[in-house]
Amino acid sequence: MKRTDDYEQRRAHLANLTDEQLKERFWQLAEQLTQPLLDMGYEYTSPAVERSVLLRMGFSSIEAKAIVDGCMEHSLMEHGAGNVVYKLAKTNNMQIREAGLALCSGKLWSDAEKLFKEA
Amino acid sequence: MSEYKLPADKNINVEEILKDLESYRPRRRGWTWREPVADQKMGPFTYKDTTKPLKSSVPLPPAHYFGDIDPQPAPVITTEIASGRFEDDIRRMRMAAHHGADHIMVIRTAGQSHFDGLIEGTPQGMGGVPITRKQVRAQRKALDMIEDEVGRPINYHSYVSGVAGPDIAVMFAEEGVNGVHQDPQYNVIYRNINMIRSFVDACESKKLIAWAGMAQIDGAHNANATAREAWKVMPELMVQHGINAIFSAKVGVDKKNICLSTVPPTATPAPCVYMDLPYAVALRDIFSEYRMRAQMNTKYIESSTREATVTHVLNMVISKLTSADIQSTITPDEGRNVPWHIYNIEACDTAKQTLVGLDGLMDMVELKKDGYLRDKARELKERAILFMEEMIELGGYYESVQEGMFVDSGIYPERNGDGIARKIDGGIGAGTIFKRAKDYMAPVTAHYGYNNVEQYDKSAVGDPAKLIGGCTLECPEKIVYIDELDDEDNCIKRMEAVKDFTPGQSKMLRPEMEWLADGVVMMTMFFPTEKRVAQAAALECGKKMGLTEVEVISTEVMHPVEGTRIEIKGKVPFELEIDKLTIPEEPDVLDDDVIRKDIERRPMKIVAGTVGDDEHSVGLREIIDIKHGGIEKYGMEVIYLGTSVPPEKLIDAAIEVNADAVMASTIISHDDIHYKNIARIDQIAKEKGIRDKIIFIAGGTQVTPALARKAGADEGFGRGSHGVHNATFLIKKRWEMEKDGKM
Repeated sequence: MKRTDDYEQRRAHLANLTDEQLKERFWQLAEQLTQPLLDMGYEYTSPAVERSVLLRMGFSSIEAKAIVDGCMEHSLMEHGAGNVVYKLAKTNNMQIREAGLALCSGKLWSDAEKLFKEA
Repeated sequence: MSEYKLPADKNINVEEILKDLESYRPRRRGWTWREPVADQKMGPFTYKDTTKPLKSSVPLPPAHYFGDIDPQPAPVITTEIASGRFEDDIRRMRMAAHHGADHIMVIRTAGQSHFDGLIEGTPQGMGGVPITRKQVRAQRKALDMIEDEVGRPINYHSYVSGVAGPDIAVMFAEEGVNGVHQDPQYNVIYRNINMIRSFVDACESKKLIAWAGMAQIDGAHNANATAREAWKVMPELMVQHGINAIFSAKVGVDKKNICLSTVPPTATPAPCVYMDLPYAVALRDIFSEYRMRAQMNTKYIESSTREATVTHVLNMVISKLTSADIQSTITPDEGRNVPWHIYNIEACDTAKQTLVGLDGLMDMVELKKDGYLRDKARELKERAILFMEEMIELGGYYESVQEGMFVDSGIYPERNGDGIARKIDGGIGAGTIFKRAKDYMAPVTAHYGYNNVEQYDKSAVGDPAKLIGGCTLECPEKIVYIDELDDEDNCIKRMEAVKDFTPGQSKMLRPEMEWLADGVVMMTMFFPTEKRVAQAAALECGKKMGLTEVEVISTEVMHPVEGTRIEIKGKVPFELEIDKLTIPEEPDVLDDDVIRKDIERRPMKIVAGTVGDDEHSVGLREIIDIKHGGIEKYGMEVIYLGTSVPPEKLIDAAIEVNADAVMASTIISHDDIHYKNIARIDQIAKEKGIRDKIIFIAGGTQVTPALARKAGADEGFGRGSHGVHNATFLIKKRWEMEKDGKM
């Protein structure tokens, strides 16, 4: 899109604002623009977010990637990859790392799927 | 843990740094600002805006005139370090810290943004370093030692962006990284990473940044560097700053840790201060709760280091007239093909020198409260607001990016239709976000968004990591450390390849500009011809001098046909053995105060002149005159007889005034006349019976000390001698003569 500089016409509604009001207007618009982005962050997750959860649970970057890839393959991302590992460990009475490493090596995925289907 | 300590007089031992990294834990988290000291007295001066001085540092070159003071200005000073080999960068960091840098920013290797996960080990990078846990640990550990040495905390910094932002943010929080670049807009506009993915990831990254108390810098300055006419993006820059700032604050980052990467948008020959200052004022008005990281203009830097330095200084005038919490330093590396570490250091000095030179400026001047400056600032703010109003009309941030509103070269509301447009459902990582289900849960600290912890344990709602007995942020022993994944591409192999040159351990040397023993040298030359001929001549010149990989790195026209200044770089194909070098002994020099005290104890009278038929006076005057730092400054009394003084007259004058010493300058050297004059003075002094009661020294550009002594002087002083060398000898010789009862 091309447009010539129509600043003088556009600014009419701002012309009478004090500097302080102008500053308030700036931040009110910035908040309005970012709120939907924050809301999406609240409601959604991503492979990177889930890998970061697994890293914090004590998995290496390689293990975290394998578990998240498995979660995507088995449509379990919506529950959280950390949740998959946690619930599996809790139900099977395993350590967190033990459960996660089993998933890394391709095991226990059907157990995990069942756990979240039942829920 | 390793017991290695960094010795002040030894090279840093990178092998020691790499030991026991698996058990290394960072000593602190979070960002550190400098400690201001009001009305700080240093040497003969009082400073208004300086901070706590360093324990150990390299001061500015003229500091020796002022008692070697090294005042440290208020802003944190950044240096950007990234040679591709992090092990070499460790030495560069130590040098930068000694020149005043306390913010070490490590640039990432090309392509890391698109790497889906953490990179591990220590592969070699391109245009930067692959940021890995091992590399971060090693550098943070080295900086712990370096900060102890200089006596000021050093902030370590890299980037949380790309498709693995949250992964990197966790690793940085665990490893004690102190500052980061984090701005999802950068992913979207410059890295073409899907915009929704970028913002979802950014929420998690920023939550971790907030938890670790890191300082966060945005990416808005890139719009300036990218736009066709950089000064026209000022309204948009404010919008980009605003979006990242409020977005970060809402996630939980402390506003005092949110830094705007602000850049003076234009550069000379534009009237840049006239254009950039209103923008700087507008930014500081609107973003008064946030911090300013003053980046320098890189858009218009060419390959001239002189020109880049002037731009840097002009940018810092803006910093000083407004404010800067972090002052960046950039050098024209990119235009010169290598990240030269000497320019890293030079730029730190440029920042320190300029900011110290402008100390107290705002006690004397203030910006006008009305007129052009404020009107222009107001206009920029209004244009930014109009920009955001149109974004909302279009449906929000995503739709506006899709419309190509960003990095358009028109000054908004003008649009030139050349903005960078990205599709909402396009880019890398498109379609990779997942709506959280009702039972979504993550049992970790610093996690953003919906988290159904209560399904397992109501008491863990405020502390999700409780479910697993603490995550790595509480229990660092849970971190899984990976050393190396690649048997060939790693730092051990690289260090092995240059082990003959390990600083402090080996006996071999080769010039270095980027990597250890790279052999790179730079040369400046002038040819009295036009540009293209000069460039070809310079390349040929470099080859004939034996250099390999010769490249022209800078060309400046002195006149279209009369001449061209060229800088080349190339590699030397040889190495040097330290043991075979001829290293002259350091000249013996007494402390100024010692000399002064001894003259107070017992005055000294010296008769001086240029002897023979010799009209040269400059050299001797430099040795004598107080204004050249000559021996008069110690209180020595000099009777100067002038030029073409016959040797007899010199000795007669010495007898007449009862001088302690005779000082003869002898410049003309054909037929060894200078040594003949020395011998003649010695002989006359003996004949007149005073030789053993006076000190006789001789100097001149062609005088060799040993030959002067052989001719009869007590000491000779050749090229490069200064007053202090003469004075030191006179004092020491007198001590000797006093001891022998001759004086």
